[in-house]
Amino acid sequence: MYWSIFTEILVLELLIFYLSLQYAWDASEEYLFKAMVAFAMRRYSNKETTQISNVLLCNMTERVSFWFVVTDSAKNVTTVPGSEVEAAIRMNRNRINSAFLLTDNTLQFLKISSTLSPPIESSVPVWLIVFSVVLCLVVAGILFLVVSGIRQRKKNNRESAETGDLEDKCDTPVTTENGIPCDILDLKAGQINGVYAADDERFTPL
Amino acid sequence: FVKQQDKRISHFVRMSNAQSLDIPEVLKEDDRPKWDNKFQYILSCVGFAVGLGNVWRFPYLCQIYGGGIGSLMVSFIVSLYYNTILTWVMWYFLNSFQEPLPWSACPLNGNRTGHIEECHESTAVNYFWYRRALNISSDITDSGNLQWWLVLCLAICWSIVYICTIRGIESTGKAIYVTAIFPYLVLTIFLIRGLTLPGATEGLVYLFTPNLNILKNPRVWLDAATQIFFSLSLAFGGLIAFSSYNSPKNDCEKDAVTIAIVNSMTSLYASIPIFSILGFKGTTGYWDCLDRNIISIINEFDLQDQSIMRDNYTIWLEFLNTTHPKKITSLKLRSCDLQEFLEQSASGTGLAFIVFTEAIILMPGSQGWAVLFFVMLFSLGLSSMFGNIEGILTPLLELRVVSKSVPKEVLSGAICLVSFVTALCFTLRSGSYWLEVFDSYAGSLPLLIIAFFEVTGVVYVYGIKRFSDDVKWMTGRQPNFYWQVSWRIISPLLMLTVFVAFVTLQTQKQPSYGAWNPKYKDFPMKEEKDYPAWILAICVLLVVLPCIFIPMVAFYHLIKRVLGRGKKEGT
Repeated sequence: MYWSIFTEILVLELLIFYLSLQYAWDASEEYLFKAMVAFAMRRYSNKETTQISNVLLCNMTERVSFWFVVTDSAKNVTTVPGSEVEAAIRMNRNRINSAFLLTDNTLQFLKISSTLSPPIESSVPVWLIVFSVVLCLVVAGILFLVVSGIRQRKKNNRESAETGDLEDKCDTPVTTENGIPCDILDLKAGQINGVYAADDERFTPL
Repeated sequence: FVKQQDKRISHFVRMSNAQSLDIPEVLKEDDRPKWDNKFQYILSCVGFAVGLGNVWRFPYLCQIYGGGIGSLMVSFIVSLYYNTILTWVMWYFLNSFQEPLPWSACPLNGNRTGHIEECHESTAVNYFWYRRALNISSDITDSGNLQWWLVLCLAICWSIVYICTIRGIESTGKAIYVTAIFPYLVLTIFLIRGLTLPGATEGLVYLFTPNLNILKNPRVWLDAATQIFFSLSLAFGGLIAFSSYNSPKNDCEKDAVTIAIVNSMTSLYASIPIFSILGFKGTTGYWDCLDRNIISIINEFDLQDQSIMRDNYTIWLEFLNTTHPKKITSLKLRSCDLQEFLEQSASGTGLAFIVFTEAIILMPGSQGWAVLFFVMLFSLGLSSMFGNIEGILTPLLELRVVSKSVPKEVLSGAICLVSFVTALCFTLRSGSYWLEVFDSYAGSLPLLIIAFFEVTGVVYVYGIKRFSDDVKWMTGRQPNFYWQVSWRIISPLLMLTVFVAFVTLQTQKQPSYGAWNPKYKDFPMKEEKDYPAWILAICVLLVVLPCIFIPMVAFYHLIKRVLGRGKKEGT
């Protein structure tokens, strides 16, 4: 429905996208609308003079659009200027939309450019939080890998130093005994032939 | 002291009783790493070959039409910009944890009376990509500052690459299990979800319906050839690097066939969920268009609701056009054509960051789908990055440019650090334009040239006979007729044709790019701008630099041999 304006300052138009309604539009819904407009006027002017009976709807169509005017019973049944009504509605647009389960697009006040409510923004952007989590994981990973690499290298150095000593003891650089390499034999304690070890006692100590 | 001496003597006695004195193989210095198992190797090659191109370039192409230092240079240049794409993926991933998704709605302008102009005129998704992610400038020469959020994401991406490549294939071999298999899992999930969305079948029908006229356009064949080339990641040196860690007696013929088949199958497999979801997006857009028109008509003619539905819309429109033509024209209805919506696809960054993100916000549970999608893209790109880095690391180690005492961790760290610093140029405001330059010039022509020289070098210089014997030694059988014909004739000929076609097509018209300029009169269409001369010079340099090493190194070896012969004759 389109409300057309018969005077510039008085009447406001309302258009509801019928296909977006999740309920049937009947007289009770109109009552709710009047209540919402009255509520908006009360909030805006901080006076509790606006009654539901002050809001008049007319020119209803099936497609759910109508014209509405707000009268001021205090001032000799004149209508409230359209700019005031506009301002009141703009202030409470959110509440009116949610009362009808509609949005700015589906509940259109023609001639009101709404002040849109900003989305809820947390003080720290969400992506920074996720980023810090990822950063901690990455730094932990790098430290772990570097440290384990250094330790592995130290162990390798120590092992190669030990094999170097043993190679000095053996006259031939690498020899095998019965197929087992010399250094492995000596590294593994307990594989030394017991017969020879006992021979130590035959030699007189100095 | 005597005890020590005794121990030595007894030791010596033992020694002389030794059975044999030959040096055992196990103690020979073998510092070259090895793959833990064959599956790791295949997975690495597949991961390297299967990259972002399989997901976003192949489906696009389906839709609209139907040398060692040279390789190192190409790998380096490609690593730079490839990881920048991963930076963008990371940025979107970090932003996917919000409700609602930041690219689903336009932000408000200064005095909160409406949406930001640039966003209102294009779409929320476009605005988020061009302004919030890239903060793009309107010209490639207008560099602007470094975008700090992109620098942070770039640092994280290179750190992750460093973690995975820190010890060469020892570490990538482990990481590849995740990064190569995970994308297949996600693609399957998207496949199941995509096929259940409305409009999926339209998308698939559109994808697989061949348009035979388009096959006449030579550009189609050129794009197909370059796609398969880039897709298999040939001539990067990465595949050679990976394969060098295999044992010499390895059935390389089977590996080559396996990887090629897996790569192509993946491209096809990826097309199905992508196009189901694009079909869903196109259908939703089409329905929205119809609904808006229906409402305007119903409002204008004060008809009963539900009288005009989507399926009888065209009948009603025709009827009303004949009875009340003036009213209909005054409504300024937008013509809704499903084909037009389905054609609004894109390739590359456009597909992932604009089209697909728009589709995701329409699906219920969008945060989860967004996170899943971007993690999949990230692991796809990461596994390809392993190949690129390996293509840099292995030649550096082989050519003994650095001394052996430098640990591998330091070398890979140095590569990542240098690449990070160089890639900072892509985080400037004009970064995405530069990326396009790099992608079109460094990532295409040098690969063709290097691969061409590789093939001709092996077949005609090294000798096909020798090579066939080597293959026989490795696999146990001579390469059959198919391989002989391909290596000798088909491959060199095809590559030469593609190269010539590419060069002719490029030189036919002045190279230009599409700039995102909010002040353009046809905004949100992109403004066609020509590249200035100095940028064209850089393009030529990007192509020539990797390729110049082939003749240079050949020349160097020639000189060395001539001088060597001269010395021999002299003494």
